[in-house]
Amino acid sequence: METLITLLVGVLVSTATYLLLSKNLIRIVLGTAILSHAVHLLLMTMGGLKGGSVPILDDGTETYTDALPQALILTAIVIGFAVTAFFLVLVYRTYQSVGTDNLNEMRGSKDE
Amino acid sequence: MNNILVFPMVIPIIAGVSLLFFRSYPSIQRWSSFISLLVVFFISIGSLEAIRRNGIMRLDFGGWAPPYGITFVGDSFAMLLVSTASLVSALCVLYAAFAGDKKREGAFQYPFMLLLVAGVNGAFLTGDLFNLFVCFEIMLLASYGLMTLGGEKKQLTEGIKYVLINILSSWFFLLGIAYIYGTLGTLNLAQLSQRIAEAGQPPMLTTISILFLVVFSLKAGLVLYFWLPGSYSVLPTAISALFAALLTKVGVYALIRTFTLLFYHEPGITHTIIGWMALITLVGGSIGVIAFVDIRKVAAYNVVVAIGFILVGLAANNEIGIQGSIYYLVHDIVIKALIFLLIGTIIYLTGIYRLDRMSGLITNYPLLGWIFLLAALSLGGVPPFSGFVGKLMVGQGSITAGQYFLAFAAFASSLFVLYSVIRIFLNMFWGQPMVGKLKQVHLPFGMMVPLIFLAVITTALGFGMNALTPYVADASNVLMNPEIYIEGALENE
Repeated sequence: METLITLLVGVLVSTATYLLLSKNLIRIVLGTAILSHAVHLLLMTMGGLKGGSVPILDDGTETYTDALPQALILTAIVIGFAVTAFFLVLVYRTYQSVGTDNLNEMRGSKDE
Repeated sequence: MNNILVFPMVIPIIAGVSLLFFRSYPSIQRWSSFISLLVVFFISIGSLEAIRRNGIMRLDFGGWAPPYGITFVGDSFAMLLVSTASLVSALCVLYAAFAGDKKREGAFQYPFMLLLVAGVNGAFLTGDLFNLFVCFEIMLLASYGLMTLGGEKKQLTEGIKYVLINILSSWFFLLGIAYIYGTLGTLNLAQLSQRIAEAGQPPMLTTISILFLVVFSLKAGLVLYFWLPGSYSVLPTAISALFAALLTKVGVYALIRTFTLLFYHEPGITHTIIGWMALITLVGGSIGVIAFVDIRKVAAYNVVVAIGFILVGLAANNEIGIQGSIYYLVHDIVIKALIFLLIGTIIYLTGIYRLDRMSGLITNYPLLGWIFLLAALSLGGVPPFSGFVGKLMVGQGSITAGQYFLAFAAFASSLFVLYSVIRIFLNMFWGQPMVGKLKQVHLPFGMMVPLIFLAVITTALGFGMNALTPYVADASNVLMNPEIYIEGALENE
């Protein structure tokens, strides 16, 4: 199971890298979103996937799943959500004021 | 009693959030943010003294004993930076209050500044790697807001690059956290340090440490500083001063913390790499400071050089080098704020960015001119100002460690820095005045107040370095002996 998820993380990271390297701003935003989900999956996998039962003290259960990575992911998802929302608004605002969503046309300034 | 540790983070957050409800009252916004930062400063000075007397302070949130809960650990190093950062940001807010940029004040400039300080202080104080990530994100989200506030074209396009770079570096940070949790099963800094010491830092952990090195270098602007000059030079004055003083320093703090507390077992690999990176940063920054005539760019590259310089002390990895780094870090927070405020004031008064397009400003604004000269000398590390002790000790540390080349590069870079700012002084302040006394733009005295304060601080720090010595000695003692930190952060009384 861990191997499978790790492979999935790899696929997600390569997709995200492809998107990040494009010139189109929306693709870049999508790339960052996918990238953050890839690392969330990785965090979960690193904690061990099939560890045991629910982490609540109970008679008859010996092993428990590690709950910490899930708490970490929850926090990271919220942060990622905020950052993506901000980034989308920023990109839209830039599109409105510069009139292009192509990164190539945004580089530098005239006086440089 | 140790609850006092949470105030440097909580006061700015509470103040920032409550100010959201006073959007249309600029004077309430100005003064309550200034006062709350001053309160944070006095609290942190008090705790600094308490830490020196009674050792490391710790706060377990919710009563969860470490390593299970999240902790704040205040040692002298962290608290020294918290107090300097709070004082300097209070002065930046004061400048913003007098500069009175109506458009940005109406768009929540002060709440963003307060949240930025909250993130910075949290990052200094936290004793948990994941919590460090969270504090970084608080600080970065606030900085994204400040970066694009006002919505000028240049700000937006630079803002996109800045946001993207930081999203990527945060991603690498999470990656490092995932790996380190997978290998060591904890994220509490003190416990991590224990477990790494037990394992003797095998190659796997050294590789992870390089990942952290890349992440924090990107934040600090060590080698990976390509994003820095562009984004810092589009910001309004007070905000650019706040960024220059605080943001990169948090990266430096994280570098010093991780490579003295966690990954100190293989200095032959990690600290050598840091040394090379510092060297490249010094050279690149020195080229930058003399290459540009745009004074904003000159100031931004000065930030880069200072980062390289501070890390020369870390690369030396001995007590005196680390002490030098701490002195220089404190000095640099003050002086970078001063330099950016001065440059911003010059641009506000003249509307000119190029140093060869203006002359004779000292006739129009004598006080500003003399403060600029003082700042230039302090930046170059000329005694008796505050840069001198840090430079001296970093150099001593570097020579003790046998890194003569690095010591040479560090001091050569100081000459470049001194040249770059003196060039601005000679070109813009001396010579024939270009604007008559009657036509000159009025410089409100309120805007001069924070400049005067910062100049007084850098001079006072230079003359009264002895006042700082016990705290710096305590800080470097904890940094060089991780077991003190571990004991303070883990032991339950």
